[in-house]
Amino acid sequence: MKIYVPRDAAAKALGAEDVVRALEAEAGARGVSVEIVRTGTRGMIWLEPLVEVEQGGVRHGYGPFASTDAAALFDGTLEGLGPVEEIPFFARQHRLTFARVGRIDPLSLADYEAHGGFVGLRRALGMDPAAIVAEVRESGLRGRGGAGFPTGIKWETVRTAPGPRKYIVCNADEGDSGTFADRMLMEGDPFTLIEGMAIAGLGTGAEQGYVYLRSEYPDAIEVMERAVEIARDAGVLGDVLGSGRRFDMEIRVGAGAYVCGEETSLLNSLEGKRGVVRAKPPLPALEGFLGRPTVVNNVISLATVPVIFEKGAAHYAAFGQGRSRGTMPFQIAGNVKHGGLFETAFGMPLGELVEDVCGGTASGRPVKAVQVGGPLGAYFGTAKFDTTLGYEEFDGAGGLIGHAGVVVFDDTADMLGLARFAMEFCAIESCGKCTPCRIGAVRGVETLDRIRAGDGAATELLVDLCDTMKDGSLCALGGFTPYPVMSALRQFPEEFACAREAAE
Amino acid sequence: MPASQTLPPDTHADPDLGEVEAILALHSGREGPLLPILHALQEAFGHVPSASHAPICAALNITRAELHGVISFYHDFRTAPAGRHVVKICRSEACQAVGAEALSERVLDMLGLGWGETTPDGRVTVEPVYCLGLCACGPAAMVDGALRGRVRAEALVAEVAP
Repeated sequence: MKIYVPRDAAAKALGAEDVVRALEAEAGARGVSVEIVRTGTRGMIWLEPLVEVEQGGVRHGYGPFASTDAAALFDGTLEGLGPVEEIPFFARQHRLTFARVGRIDPLSLADYEAHGGFVGLRRALGMDPAAIVAEVRESGLRGRGGAGFPTGIKWETVRTAPGPRKYIVCNADEGDSGTFADRMLMEGDPFTLIEGMAIAGLGTGAEQGYVYLRSEYPDAIEVMERAVEIARDAGVLGDVLGSGRRFDMEIRVGAGAYVCGEETSLLNSLEGKRGVVRAKPPLPALEGFLGRPTVVNNVISLATVPVIFEKGAAHYAAFGQGRSRGTMPFQIAGNVKHGGLFETAFGMPLGELVEDVCGGTASGRPVKAVQVGGPLGAYFGTAKFDTTLGYEEFDGAGGLIGHAGVVVFDDTADMLGLARFAMEFCAIESCGKCTPCRIGAVRGVETLDRIRAGDGAATELLVDLCDTMKDGSLCALGGFTPYPVMSALRQFPEEFACAREAAE
Repeated sequence: MPASQTLPPDTHADPDLGEVEAILALHSGREGPLLPILHALQEAFGHVPSASHAPICAALNITRAELHGVISFYHDFRTAPAGRHVVKICRSEACQAVGAEALSERVLDMLGLGWGETTPDGRVTVEPVYCLGLCACGPAAMVDGALRGRVRAEALVAEVAP
C-alpha cells in the first residue's frame, strides 16, 4: 500500500508529522505493509494534511486528515475526496512551473527524472549561450518576483557583460505576506530550481550560483541544502552532467530583514554587509555581487526555465494575455475558504479567482477587499474585481501583481488600521537609506493616528506624504508603501472620514 | 570595548574562543562570509557573544563599527541569549485577516509580556515575525523552530508551559 503525505511546511504546521506517526502505528498494529512517500503539497492548503492513497494507479485524497482517521482509512470506511487531480481547484489549473510539486518525492532524483526532470538542461547543453538566452526571451518570461522585468533581457546583459567571473543569484527572500509560492516550490521540487539556475549559468557564462533564502523558511532551507548535495554527488552540479561546462551553487540564509528581498540590498547582504539598498545604475547585471556581472532572479522565474526548455519557448508563450505570457502561480490566502496555490495562465478576472475558484471568505461573510502583491500591494475592493490578472492590467488599475499573493479580507476588516500597519511595517523594515522611507513611514503612522483621532486636516497631509515617499525612495519599500495606504483611502474614504465624524 | 557602549553589555559566561576560531576557520574563505559566521555563532552560543567581535574583525579585516552595523541591522541576530523557548507570532496581513492581532494580544497577556520580552524565569521569549509562508492556514506561529498553523492562544501557551 502506497501512501503519500506532504512534508511541506504548511502540512507540517497542520499536523502532518502526527499523521505519519498515526499511519505507521496503525499499519504496524494491523501487520499491513505500507510505503509512506513524503511529497510537496498540492497547494490545496485547506485540505492539509492531505493524505493520498494510490488505488489502481490513481491517487485518491483524504483531507484534512486527522491522526484519529488512520483506523478508518485502513478499514476502507473513511470518506475521501476521490481522485486528487479531479478536485475542481486542482483540475482547473495549468501547472507548468509547479507540474511536479505534490506529485514527486522532492529529494528523489529518480522521481524527478521520471517526470521530465533535466530534459531542459540536456537540451540547453546542446545550445550556445546566445541561443539559450534567445529561448528565454522568446518565451516572454518576466520576473515573477514582482517587478516583471523581462528575464531574457536581464540574461542578455549579463551574457554580453565583460568579466571573468559572473554569478546567478536566486532571490528566495520572499517576504511578502500572502505569498508562499517560493517556499512551496523549494520544498516540493528543489531540483527544478537547481536545473533552472544551471541553465542560467550556461546561458550567461556564470559558474557560481547562490540562493539567498529567508531564515523564516527552515523547511525550505533543509530541503534545498540536501538537494544541492544530492545534485552535486550525482554530477548535476560541478561538471554539469559531464559536459565539461561548470556550474555550482550554495544556499545562503538571510537574517530576517524584509528589505533584503530587494535585489541590491540582497547583494549587499550576501556580501556580508548591512542590507542597505544601492542606487541604480550600475545595474546588478553589470556590477552585482562583489561588483561582478550578476543575474538576480526570483525563485519562480528560475524554476520556470526548465519547463521552457523542456517544452519550448512557443509552448510557454502560448499561455497568457498581452505582454503577460505564460502562467503565474497565484497564492490565495488570509480569510479565504479554499486557500492555496493556483497556477493559471494570465488573464483570469480577479473576482473569478477569489469568489469562484476559492469560494470567498472562510468566515462566510462578504469579501470586503483583497490585497494583491504583498505588503506593498494595493487593496482592491469588490468594485475592481473585474481587473484581469496581468502585469499591465494591474498597473492600470492602480496596483501591482507583485509576487501574485492575494490576501482576502471580509467585511470586518479595518482599512484604516491596515493602512496604518503598512506604514508601521515600512518603518520597522526600512533600511534607512532614503529619508522619505525612513522618516516618512514613522510620520505616516502618526498621521494615520491623527486621522483616527478625528483630525480631518491630516488626510491631506497623508496624501502629500505618500507622494513624497513614492517619488523620493530608491526602492519599492518606500516607493510602494503608498499603494496599500492610498488604495485604502481612495476606495474606503468613509472609514477615514467616519473617524472624524464620530469624534465631532 | 567600544561595542559594549552601544550594545547591551554581554554579562554571559565567556564563550569558548576555540569554538569561535573553529567557526571562523570554517567560513572565512567563503565569498561574503560574515552572515554565515554570525549564523554559526548564534547556532553555537544562542547569541553572537561580544567576545567574538574582536576575532571576527581580525579574521575578516573589518572594523568593529562595520560589524556592529551588520549585527544590529538584522532582526535575527541576538546580542544576548533568548528565553529557553522562543515563540514567534506572525503579524503580517494574511494572518491579520484571520485574527492574528487578537491572538498575539492574548498570548502576550497570558504570559505577561510585551513584544520581544522574556519571562522573568527565562522560560519564554515572544517575538513578532513578518510572514512564515503559512498564509493560507493562519494565524501562524513558530515555537522553537517548529511551525504551527491555525494557532489558538491557549494551545500555544500550553506548549511552552513549565
